[in-house]
Amino acid sequence: MRSTGSRTSSSACETRPVRVLVAMSGGVDSSVAAARLVASLGAADVVGATLKLWGGDSDSGCCSVADVDDARRVADQLGIVHHVFNFAADFEAHVVDPYVAGHAEGRTPNPCIECNRHLKFDRLLERATLLGFDAVATGHHARAVRDPDGRFRLLRGADADKDQSYVLAMLGQAELARCLFPVGASTKDEVRAEAVRLGLRTAAKPDSQDVCFIRSDVGRAGFLGDRVALHPGRLVDHATGDDLGAVEAVELVTVGQRRGMGHGTDGRRRFVTAVDVPARRVTVGPPEASLAAGHRLHTVSWVDGAPAVAADGAFAALAQCSAHGRPVPCAVRRDPDPDPDPDGGGHALSVAFATPQRRVAPGQTVALYDPDRPDSVVGSGIVA
Amino acid sequence: MTAVRPDAGRRAYFDHAATTPLRPEALEAMLPFLTAEFANPSGAHAESRRARMALDDARDRIAELLGAGPGDVVLTSGGTEADDLAVQGGWDAAWGGGPDGPGAVVCAAMEHHAVLEACRALARRTGAELRLVPSDADGLVDLGALADACDPGVRLVSVMTVNNELGTVQPLADVARVAGERCPSALLHTDAVQAVPWLDAAAVTAPADLVSVSAHKFGGPKGSGALVLRRGAAVRPRIGGGGQERGRRSGTPNVAGAVGTAAALAATVAERGSTVARVRALRDRLGDGLAGRLCGVTESGRREDRVAGILHLRLDGVESEALVVLLDEAGIAASAGAACSSGAVEPSHVLASLGLGPEAASSGVRFSLGGTSTDEDVDHALDRVPHVVERLRN
Repeated sequence: MRSTGSRTSSSACETRPVRVLVAMSGGVDSSVAAARLVASLGAADVVGATLKLWGGDSDSGCCSVADVDDARRVADQLGIVHHVFNFAADFEAHVVDPYVAGHAEGRTPNPCIECNRHLKFDRLLERATLLGFDAVATGHHARAVRDPDGRFRLLRGADADKDQSYVLAMLGQAELARCLFPVGASTKDEVRAEAVRLGLRTAAKPDSQDVCFIRSDVGRAGFLGDRVALHPGRLVDHATGDDLGAVEAVELVTVGQRRGMGHGTDGRRRFVTAVDVPARRVTVGPPEASLAAGHRLHTVSWVDGAPAVAADGAFAALAQCSAHGRPVPCAVRRDPDPDPDPDGGGHALSVAFATPQRRVAPGQTVALYDPDRPDSVVGSGIVA
Repeated sequence: MTAVRPDAGRRAYFDHAATTPLRPEALEAMLPFLTAEFANPSGAHAESRRARMALDDARDRIAELLGAGPGDVVLTSGGTEADDLAVQGGWDAAWGGGPDGPGAVVCAAMEHHAVLEACRALARRTGAELRLVPSDADGLVDLGALADACDPGVRLVSVMTVNNELGTVQPLADVARVAGERCPSALLHTDAVQAVPWLDAAAVTAPADLVSVSAHKFGGPKGSGALVLRRGAAVRPRIGGGGQERGRRSGTPNVAGAVGTAAALAATVAERGSTVARVRALRDRLGDGLAGRLCGVTESGRREDRVAGILHLRLDGVESEALVVLLDEAGIAASAGAACSSGAVEPSHVLASLGLGPEAASSGVRFSLGGTSTDEDVDHALDRVPHVVERLRN
């Protein structure tokens, strides 16, 4: 089926936007998103915007001049106005600096999520409102739909392999009411085929990969090493405390990591179970030691408020712990002893997995989905 | 709401400091060299001789109007190349391989990127120390700081004639005096790109050894500019090849560009007096009108220090990047500072050089008028701008 953009992404078409700012990264998804909006709203009511987010070197992603050129030329082809907004200072303050600071403290922040939280669905949304737009559209593979009760739901994209609801799980009603995901109901193949049919120059562009502000030839180690002191540390057995060797930089090690950790005396692979930067210590153990019964979350957000809890004070959810991780059943409750929330919002939660799962690194996000409606995001939080 | 659509209805162009429309005199002068008189001026045949004569005539005229001899004018692809040739080529010709170590280069922090980047590249390449001189709150280079930056080790000083964002006319004679006292052997370069439409460029740039101009800022074609050499200043070429421009800038001469530049310059100089008076009145009416209709508006630089065409405002609580988008939709072409290669608005280094913080430095908008600006343009702006600003503040 050919989607016609915003009007099929909602069951309440009559109240939907009349004027839309579409964020165009220069990739195929946002190009087709823009094309669909133009088809449904007309070129006069659609304006494209590319965000300049990173002033430093990068391969591609959202920042390079080549991507801006692609976005602008697609906009030209579609007959829409295109702007470039320079949000580099906000990006540095809200995404890059916390990414660097997190690693320096042994955490592994997800920069895409923070970019969505602070840039695309805050700064850009605010700018769009200021400029008189009713909504911001992006090329994310997710769906924002309005239920008969008038509440917005955030659903997984139709293409399971490309679903991006995880990186949008921090969105709430205020944002979803002003967001459109025109390609969320399509598969990537459909999007590419449509781009080919429309003759869009971005039709064959590869998907963006990795962290957009880190050049592949510099790598994470080089990027972080330019910005914070990296410290060598010791590798320690989780059970015995035995010293197992050296690690080059504790700041570059992530909880759950296998690569570079070698094998135990029994020949099984070792996993990182903890990173203690001040102590310059990386703790490793066998696979079963890398499992966690659950996690505590801060910076909690809800798509539509906290779900009602059962008599035991918990509600059931499916937890997804990485962008394309497998959702697993869990019980979620208000943390009885919440840490001070570093971002100042939301309540701390504790998530108990039904069966122990691979430990999630501090700083990573857990997205919660509704077990009765497994495509529907309930909320999210960051692992403490 | 009913938004005003971009490119619909009346539009007023307030971005002459970015570029100006081609003057009819320039177009007319250029057309033969874009059509029948296409020859390469370096050839040994009649067709070439005609092109050569046109090129030499154009150079004579440009030189005369800029107060130089024809042999002292290097035609370039524009202001940026002229700046690079002056800073890097001028340095190399005077100091290249000198025995006394790398020395220092001094330039105003508010210089155009063409000069700033040329100075940075020079510093990287030669090991010279780059010293940036801040501005005072009125957008004039700080002469005290300049004096502090200048010592006998300084080999090149570059201060623009007119700042492109604020329109402030820099005290070039004072700059030359300070440099002459503190670093007498240094070359003095001035980027006069924004001066030509408004000032007697030959007179105001007389203290400088090297002077850059760009044709499209005064009704000439894009892709054409010149570097003027005074008092025997020389440049080492930055582009080698066939040895055109007396070996100082290789490449087939842009005959049509040179002819258009000369025609536009002649017309600009001939009409300057009346144009300046008329545009200044328009600019002041716009500035006064906006000040009367809006609160929280600060006009940058004193009017008596500024060229006639530029009105730079700082608007409390307004992000200029959003403002120019809404002004565009309201039919007004204005500028929010320097645009980078991707088209994004860069935070203004000029406003930063005045000591303004990031918020104030991102609240600036420039309305730049030109010879084709009209009373109707100003009326249109006075009608639309207050509405747009109020909307952004609500």
